[in-house]
Amino acid sequence: MLRGRILENKLSSLYKAGKIVGGVYLGRGQEAVSATLGTALIQGTDFFAPLIRDQAGRTAFGEPLIDCTRTYLGSVKGPMRGRDGNIHRGRPDLGMPAMISHLGAQVSVVAGMLFAKRLQGTLAGRVGATCIGDGATSTGAFHEGLNLAAIERLPLVVVVANNQFAYSTPNDRQFACADLVEKARGYGVGGFSVDGTDMLACVSVIGEAVRRAREGGGPQMVVARLLRLSGHGEHDDGSYVPAEARVDHYGQDCIEVAMQQLIENHFATAEEIVAWQDQIADEVQRAVAQAQQEPVPDPYQEDWTALSTRFPLDQPISQPIFS
Amino acid sequence: MSVTYIDAIREAQEKLLREDDRVFLYGQDIATFGGAFKATKGLAEKFPNRVFDAPISEDAMIGMAVGAAIEGMRPIIEMQFADFSSVAFNQIVNQAATHFYRTGMPIPLTVRLPSGGTPGSGPFHSQSMEGIYAQYPGLVVLTPATVSDAYHMLLDGVALDDPVIYCEHKFLYRWLKAKSINGDHLPIGQARITRPGKHATVVAYSAMVHEAVRAADRLVQDGWEIEVVDLRSVKPLDLDTILASVARTGRLLAVGEAFPWGGVTAEIVARVTEEGFHLLDAPPQRLNARDTPVPYHPKLWAAHRPTPESICEALRKLLSF
Repeated sequence: MLRGRILENKLSSLYKAGKIVGGVYLGRGQEAVSATLGTALIQGTDFFAPLIRDQAGRTAFGEPLIDCTRTYLGSVKGPMRGRDGNIHRGRPDLGMPAMISHLGAQVSVVAGMLFAKRLQGTLAGRVGATCIGDGATSTGAFHEGLNLAAIERLPLVVVVANNQFAYSTPNDRQFACADLVEKARGYGVGGFSVDGTDMLACVSVIGEAVRRAREGGGPQMVVARLLRLSGHGEHDDGSYVPAEARVDHYGQDCIEVAMQQLIENHFATAEEIVAWQDQIADEVQRAVAQAQQEPVPDPYQEDWTALSTRFPLDQPISQPIFS
Repeated sequence: MSVTYIDAIREAQEKLLREDDRVFLYGQDIATFGGAFKATKGLAEKFPNRVFDAPISEDAMIGMAVGAAIEGMRPIIEMQFADFSSVAFNQIVNQAATHFYRTGMPIPLTVRLPSGGTPGSGPFHSQSMEGIYAQYPGLVVLTPATVSDAYHMLLDGVALDDPVIYCEHKFLYRWLKAKSINGDHLPIGQARITRPGKHATVVAYSAMVHEAVRAADRLVQDGWEIEVVDLRSVKPLDLDTILASVARTGRLLAVGEAFPWGGVTAEIVARVTEEGFHLLDAPPQRLNARDTPVPYHPKLWAAHRPTPESICEALRKLLSF
């Protein structure tokens, strides 16, 4: 959680300093949900398709910070090599597919990864998970994907972070059911609700959903209620979020709640947490500095081909490069 | 003993299921029922747990195939009709087609699109989508016109590491027969001179190859020898074979069954004009379906798509220039 928050604070500063081209999308306020899911998954066995507010979950799943900074800063050494940016990154060979911008689209992809493992006879004990927001529950892709996973009874966990706003659109313009978790029943999948600002509650509920999927209980859906504590992206000040939403229970900062929980339950002392913050700030600084020193892509060195196959007779449409 | 075009597609899938553990079939009504066109008849019985009925969820069908391909499988997805692939458009062009460029990991999936018009099929069971998919980087788009190509290009397409849009023409399914499934087996990306000639070149693909050959047959009586080039794959596009043909004939007509705005025929005319302007003795022409939805009534449908008559007329105009 802390790694996600501190890294993203740095990304925000870099964006505001004009050092990042394109959007910066933060998971501020969603770290408890995201990190809990990432922690419940096992890299190398499980699959995780993060969405735009899952820096904390990515880190918890095992994505190194340098993958993030390289992608945001356009380093050619990053997983996307400057061909895609920001949160549109992944390591599909390590069980973490790269999201596309079209919401809901990763649900069926994770289902397919799990389906492949069933055909290969190695599904037992494995889980696939993806995160979406309240807005994505309105897409056809979400519906189709979750329904497909339910038909196949795949060990898929879909975590819905209901952060009350899809970009600027509030819940009452997004869905009409009383609670999004009602949808789980309609699909024939397990449904859980959790306070997404409460880390210990997330650990318990999301952990239980992952456990049930892993043990053969079929798809599970967790709806976590919280408030996005940033704009949609750093270009957006989120001024449409009413003041009362910010001061209500779900407007509380999950990081502060988590720190308090750690101290109260004697998992860590305040001094230890400060030491973690210092250590992470140092890690983040190094990941940024390294990515900043690395080469950016060179249009003259690009092969400009979207296929892995080379067809001997195919003549690429030649276009001059002006840069 | 003759083999139909759809027999070839079924045979190819059977061979793939038999020889490659990574292959599985997924599509609506394709398991016990054997598919709307029976392209998978009997395969679910022969290969248990390799042939699956899908829900009516074209988007999720392709998303699922992308995920399975990431994990090492080679899914073949049957769209019940090419037209319905519009529902899966996002997963095809944004997920599957961008994956290799973005991540370096290719996505070996094959989408079978029962394409093109048949009498009475109407606006939503008749479309030709090859031009739309060819527009997007990252897809291989195949348009077999012969029984042998239907067989070999499906085998070769599934063997590719990239996503393949395999456009099979519904009109050819049972109408087109061959003595044997084995033809010249050209590689993907190479066009074929279906019929040699010297006065004009018709570049066509899929069912339009047969309409072009019919038109060429008719023009023989007027003393015209028309060369017909079968593209076989619209992407990659074998421009060399087209240019060599145009160099011989000096005249080009590109024929396609898709809608006329842009598309494969426009691409051919543009590329030949760019690369072979000096070879042309007349302005290159193209003939497509009309710029309306595909009509239901056979009389309207027959006047909507290119026919031997309209191809003859276009060729006469081209030859008289």
